[in-house]
Amino acid sequence: MIQADLNVVLPEVILAVYAMIALLAAVYTTKDKAAPIVLWVTAGVFVLLAGVIGFGGSGETTAFGGAFVDDAFSRFAKVAILLSAAAILILSQDFMTRHGLFRFEYPLLVALSVVGMMMMVSAGDLMALYMGLELQSLSLYVVAALRRDSVKSTEAGLKYFVLGALSSGMLLYGCSLVYGYAGTTLFSGITAAAEGGIGLGLLFGLVFVVAGMAFKVSAAPFHMWTPDVYEGSPTPITAFFATAPKVAAMGLFARVVHDAFGGAVSDWSQIVAFLSVVSMFLGAVAAIGQRDIKRLMAYSSIAHMGFALMGLAAGTAEGVQAMLVYMSIYVVMNVGTFAFILSMEKDGQPVTDIDALQNYSKHQPGRALAMLVLMFSLAGIPPMVGFFGKYYVLQAAVDAGLAWLAVAGVIASVIGAYYYLRIVYYMYFGEDREALDSAMPPVGWALLMGSAAIMVLGVINLFGIEAPALAAAQALVN
Amino acid sequence: MGFADFAFYLFAITVVTAGLFVVVSRNPVHSVLWLILAFLSSAGLFVLLGAEFVAMLMIIVYVGAVAVLFLFVVMMLDVDFAELRGELAKFVPLALLIGVILLMQLALIFGVWQGAENASALRDAVTPDLNETHNTAALGQLIYTKYIYLFQASGLILLVAMIGAIVLTLRHREDIKRQDILSQIYRDPAEQMELKNVKPGQGL
Repeated sequence: MIQADLNVVLPEVILAVYAMIALLAAVYTTKDKAAPIVLWVTAGVFVLLAGVIGFGGSGETTAFGGAFVDDAFSRFAKVAILLSAAAILILSQDFMTRHGLFRFEYPLLVALSVVGMMMMVSAGDLMALYMGLELQSLSLYVVAALRRDSVKSTEAGLKYFVLGALSSGMLLYGCSLVYGYAGTTLFSGITAAAEGGIGLGLLFGLVFVVAGMAFKVSAAPFHMWTPDVYEGSPTPITAFFATAPKVAAMGLFARVVHDAFGGAVSDWSQIVAFLSVVSMFLGAVAAIGQRDIKRLMAYSSIAHMGFALMGLAAGTAEGVQAMLVYMSIYVVMNVGTFAFILSMEKDGQPVTDIDALQNYSKHQPGRALAMLVLMFSLAGIPPMVGFFGKYYVLQAAVDAGLAWLAVAGVIASVIGAYYYLRIVYYMYFGEDREALDSAMPPVGWALLMGSAAIMVLGVINLFGIEAPALAAAQALVN
Repeated sequence: MGFADFAFYLFAITVVTAGLFVVVSRNPVHSVLWLILAFLSSAGLFVLLGAEFVAMLMIIVYVGAVAVLFLFVVMMLDVDFAELRGELAKFVPLALLIGVILLMQLALIFGVWQGAENASALRDAVTPDLNETHNTAALGQLIYTKYIYLFQASGLILLVAMIGAIVLTLRHREDIKRQDILSQIYRDPAEQMELKNVKPGQGL
C-alpha cells in the first residue's frame, strides 16, 4: 500500500531527501565553501528529475487516497518548474559569490521550495494543496530576505511574509467553507458535491480560495507586494520569483478550478476573467512610470499573469493548453531577461535604473540585440515567440465566447508594448552615457543568447511544445 | 441543566472572555496570561467532547511550551507595546466598521447555509470507529497512516522554518574565543608547567 504510494511520489521524495542529505553534508564539512558544489549538484538533480518525470511517467495515478495526483498536467508543470529553477540556480552563482550572499543554504532552500511547488501542481486535496503552498512560500520568504544586512531586502522578506500569511489565511478560510459544505477536502469529493448546481456555501468558499491563489500568482488586485518584493530581493532571487513559483501557482490555480470546481465553470470563469482584465491593464499602465528595471519586470509579470489567466478564464481544455504554452514561453523569456539584468553593473555595483542602458548597443551590440529580441517577445510583437503565446490565449478566449476579454487583452498589450520598446529605444537611440561594466559570466551570456535564440527559432514549431501541453490540458479537463 | 451543560457554559464563557482580554489588555504579559487561561479552558472543552488526548496536548504543548515561550519572548523583546497600540488606535473605528460589515455578510450566508446532502456522512467516514479504538489510537491511525503524506510535508515545512531562522540570524564571528576540545585534550603537562625550586629567603 504505502510502497505503491511512495513510488508515485518518488521524485518529490528524492528531492526532499537529497536536500536533507546535502544540508547535513555541507554543515559538517566546509559550510559556505561547499556552496558552489551544492548549487551545481542541486541544479543537476533538478534536470535529472525533469528528465525522469518528462520521459518516464505515463497515464494518471493517484496516491495517498487521492491527495496526490500524477497526471500529464502535473508532469508538464513539474518539468517546467524544475528546468526553470535549475536555470535560475546556475545563473545566480556568479552574482551571489561576488556580493557575498552565497550561502550553501540558498540552493537547498530553493530545492525545498521546488518540492513544495511539485506538491502544489500535484495536489488532489485541499490539505495537500495548502501544505505544498506553505512549503513553497516559506522557503521563498527566507530567500527574499537573504541579504539580511540590507534594509530593502529584509523589508521585502517581511512584506512578503506578512501579506503571504494574510493570503494563506484567506485561502484557508475558503478551504474551511468548502469543507464545511462538501464534507470532504478531496477534489473529487468537492466535484461530486457541486453536481447539480453549486451551492451558496461552496461559491463563497470558492471566492476566498481564488482570492488566495490570485495573491500567489500576483494577479491584480492582489498584486501589491510584487513590485516591492521584486525590487528589494537580491536580483537572482527576483529572477527565481518571476519564473518557477509563477508556473507552480498557475498550475495550482488550474488544478483547483478544473479538478475541484470543473462542474461550475461559469461560476469561476467570470471571477478569473475579472482578475485577468485588471491584471493586464494594471501591469501595462503602472509600469509606464517605472524607471527601475526590477520594478518594471514586476509589473510586466503582473500583466503576463493576466494573459495566462485569460487562458484559464476560457474554461476549456484549449484554454488550459494556451495557459501552459504561455507560461512556458514566459519563463524562457524571463530567464533570458534576468540574465541580462544580472549583468547590468557599474564598477561592480548592480545598476537597476533603465537610464543606465542608454546607448548600450554601441558598447555591446550582441547583448543589445539579444535584449531587443527578448523585449519584442515580451511585448508580443509578431515575429517572436512571445506573440504566439498571446495568440494562443486570445484564440482560446474567443473560442470560449469571451471576445470582449480578448479585445481588452489586445488593447492592454499595445499599451504595455510602450515600456518594453522604451528599453530598446534607449539601447539603440539613447544619449551617450558612460558604459556599464562589460563583464558577463559565461553562464549568463549563454542563457541570454539561448533564450533570445529560442524566441526567434521557436516560431517554426514552438519546439513541439503544443502536443504535450494539449495532452496535459486534456488530462486536467475532462 | 446537567453537570455537562453547566461545565460547557463555564468553559465556553471563560474562553471567550479570556480571548477578549488577550486583545484588550494593555500589558502584553497580561495578554499572555489571559491566553494561557483561554488554552486551559479550551482543554476543558475538549475533555467534554471526549477528546482527552487533544485536551492533554493543549495543556502540555500550548500551555506548557508555547505560551511560556511567548511569555519569555514578550518579556525579553524591547518593544514599546504602548506606542504600537497608540498607532493602531487610530485605525480602530475603520477596522470596527469593516469587521461589523464582514460579520453581517457572514451572518447572511449563515442564514441560507445548506450543506451538501451527504456532507456529514463524508465527514464521519474518515474517523475510525470510536467504539473499537480509543481516540489516541484513532488519531495515530489518521496522522501516521492515512495522512502520512501531509504529516511528512509538515515536517518539511518545519525544516524550512528551522533553516530559515538559522540563515537569517546566525552570524559567525571570528573575533571571539571558542572552546577547542581537541587542543585541550592534547595539552602536554610537561610543556605547560615548570617546577622551580625556590630557595627560602632568596626569592626568584
